[in-house]
Amino acid sequence: MNSPYITRSPSVTEIMVKVLAALIPAIAADVWFFGPAVLVTLALASVTALVLEAFMLRLRGRPVKPFLMDGSALLTAWLLGLSIPPMAPWWLIVTGTAFAIVIAKHLYGGLGSNPFNPAMVGYAVLIISFPVQMTQWLAPASIAQSHLDFSSILDYMFFHALPANTGLDALTSATPLDTLKTQLHLDKSMDAIMSLPIYGTIGGKWMAAAYLAGGLYLLQQKIVSWHVPVSFIGTIAILSGALHLVDPAHYASPLFQLASGATMIGAFFILTDPVTGPTTPKGKLLFASGAGFLTYVIRLHGGYPDGVAFAVLLMNICVPLIDAYTQPPVFGKKK
Amino acid sequence: MRQLYHFNGGVHPPQHKDQSTIDPIRIPPLPEKLIIPLHQHIGSSAKALVQPGERVLKGQMIGQPEGHVSSAIHAPTSGKILSVGMEPVPHPSGLDALCVILEPDGLEEWIERVPLDPEMDPGTMRTKLKDAGVVGLGGAVFPSFIKLNPGSKNKVRTLILNGAECEPYITCDDLLMRERAFEIAEGAKLMQRLLGAEEVVLGIEDNKPLAIEAMKSAGGMEVVAVPTVYPGGGAKQLIKVLTGVEVPAGERSTDLGVQCFNVATAASVYRAIRLGEPVLSRIVTITGNVAQPGNYEALIGTPVDHLIRQAGALPGSSGAIMGGPMMGIDLPSTHVPVVKAMNCVIVKSEALFPKALDPMPCIRCARCAESCPAELQPQELYWFAKAKNFGKAQEYALFDCIECGCCSYVCPSHIPLVQYYRYAKSEIWAQEREKKASDLARLRHEFRVERMERDKREKAERLAQKSAQAKEL
Ligand code: SF4
Ligand code: SF4
Repeated sequence: MNSPYITRSPSVTEIMVKVLAALIPAIAADVWFFGPAVLVTLALASVTALVLEAFMLRLRGRPVKPFLMDGSALLTAWLLGLSIPPMAPWWLIVTGTAFAIVIAKHLYGGLGSNPFNPAMVGYAVLIISFPVQMTQWLAPASIAQSHLDFSSILDYMFFHALPANTGLDALTSATPLDTLKTQLHLDKSMDAIMSLPIYGTIGGKWMAAAYLAGGLYLLQQKIVSWHVPVSFIGTIAILSGALHLVDPAHYASPLFQLASGATMIGAFFILTDPVTGPTTPKGKLLFASGAGFLTYVIRLHGGYPDGVAFAVLLMNICVPLIDAYTQPPVFGKKK
Repeated sequence: MRQLYHFNGGVHPPQHKDQSTIDPIRIPPLPEKLIIPLHQHIGSSAKALVQPGERVLKGQMIGQPEGHVSSAIHAPTSGKILSVGMEPVPHPSGLDALCVILEPDGLEEWIERVPLDPEMDPGTMRTKLKDAGVVGLGGAVFPSFIKLNPGSKNKVRTLILNGAECEPYITCDDLLMRERAFEIAEGAKLMQRLLGAEEVVLGIEDNKPLAIEAMKSAGGMEVVAVPTVYPGGGAKQLIKVLTGVEVPAGERSTDLGVQCFNVATAASVYRAIRLGEPVLSRIVTITGNVAQPGNYEALIGTPVDHLIRQAGALPGSSGAIMGGPMMGIDLPSTHVPVVKAMNCVIVKSEALFPKALDPMPCIRCARCAESCPAELQPQELYWFAKAKNFGKAQEYALFDCIECGCCSYVCPSHIPLVQYYRYAKSEIWAQEREKKASDLARLRHEFRVERMERDKREKAERLAQKSAQAKEL
């Protein structure tokens, strides 16, 4: 044995468990707005992730139990599950999770070695391959034209069967970000767009608030440092705020941008993934503001409704460079 | 009020100091044998002055300093020299070292002790300190006479005394300050004079109120309570906290106008000059898995197991640590001697020091970097050390690492980071030695070739001269 003879660290498992716990408010809100299908999605993603994680560990000759217990696979599954539309068909969930765990994580060397955020790889693969299924969000309960009971939802998810007199269109709606983009293309004014029924629901704001609550808990627990969330949220707020000031008819308010889509989950849960982010404080600021910029640009001009996933993956590529160029000076060698 | 500065990171390990500060400093009975290593300091080993069978007096020099950086070794009590030979010693290398074995006769018969003039010429006083075996007692054991020589160019503004004692378990300096504040203060005066320092500042972590009080009443210096955070007692960290000066790796603090000594060193300077007593003993904390943890004024050379017996060995012990739990080293056995570098022995047990957990991959969480007082990026160093990319490791300032262990302490993946750095450093040293050796061999070869050619040339010249002379005749 060698010094230091003592350690006090929380284990990787403890850290992951806290991150999972921080997701609970968001999951609760999700269930509240979209129904129990969310839980089915999460459960299916979790089981798929754990089974594939165990399988890949065995294949790679790694000890299965400690690595399975680290909780990282479960976290990937939850983050992906929360990004997939509720009531997505089972194969969508399984495919996305499989990509995340097998390709994005293990083929790149497993925990600690993967350059890309696994959940975001899973998400990107799905939205590129199955754009229709990935943008069919269950309409929030308050504005849905018709309503399915739980067993019908399961029927749909697993057997793709809908009750005789219900059409899929009646159940789903585009997301607020998506609607904004389409409507702007139709040359509608911001005021007209914002009075559409989808914006009347406060679901998005509550979801954002739930992620924010979890994020603040992580900050308080020192699991994440302030650099990434502040820089990411700040960049989006400043960019959208500036454009909104100049031309409020065509650019949504910063509050809308912050409360929509994956801004908050991205700020606190995705960009903060230590493995695929930079390690230096300056690097974190740069990385997150780059991601904020890309997210906003993709939201304005990209072909996809939200830009967080692609922004994260693009910034993941830059991490080694960012780290190399943001090395802080060491003790006694400042300037 | 002095403005205090802050250094990056640091950690707050559990203190475990209370159990060894219940009693005053204890005096153990004379052991049957003393094992006195001749090399207890940085620099070259002292040369043995005694033969087996010889009788020595307490305080008699038995090892003479050799070379520029060296220090003397003395007989800690009167008795008979049994042998001079290789013995296991407490040293990170784990190698045996040359020791003088002394059998005490119990008479404690001193050499003649001559108190010296505190106003004497500084150069002579430094030589006296060298001959009295005064070295840094904080653990670094660098010969003090060298550090007390600022040179003609430098001006030392601040003399810092280190009473921070930041490592868990260790309390020897705490007790020394509580009980012998006078000796420390007097020693500090002598040191201040040698350095020509304008001020003397003593830093003590604020978890030692009794020591702070004792030192304040001793006077002669500014006593500053510094925040308790490991490694706040590291020389560089304490200098930063008290003066704001950052001493870069590889540079001497004297060049920046600061010099730092451990409080126990100050006390031994006092004894050497004012009492004429060389360094014969030191205070050692014996703690951990023992019945009565405490501090012992142990003669140099006292077998550690003799002290552990005094403190009451408990069942379930599994070896011992010299130093603290953050930077200490495993003792090869408990039958090694107390040396000048030994401030503490922690008897280990499974309960006190559970086995390290299996390491997991690095998740790049940067907790290590946040805790690093040298402001390094330990996760990068780990990566380079593991990949044996030593060039890159040096580029990322591997040699600025002070091996404080904070990074390992906080790593959630339980990676023994410091071990990787020690490994990388020793590999780099080995490579450099090899390179030096081969450079030397090349130089020697070139020199020989050159000499042979010169010989040839000279021979030819001589022949030419001879034939020329022959012609003239
Ligand atoms: S603390 Fe451990 S896991 Fe975290 S970055 Fe440092 S070495 Fe990696
Ligand atoms: S051991 Fe070295 S790298 Fe680790 S915290 Fe201490 S100085 Fe930094």
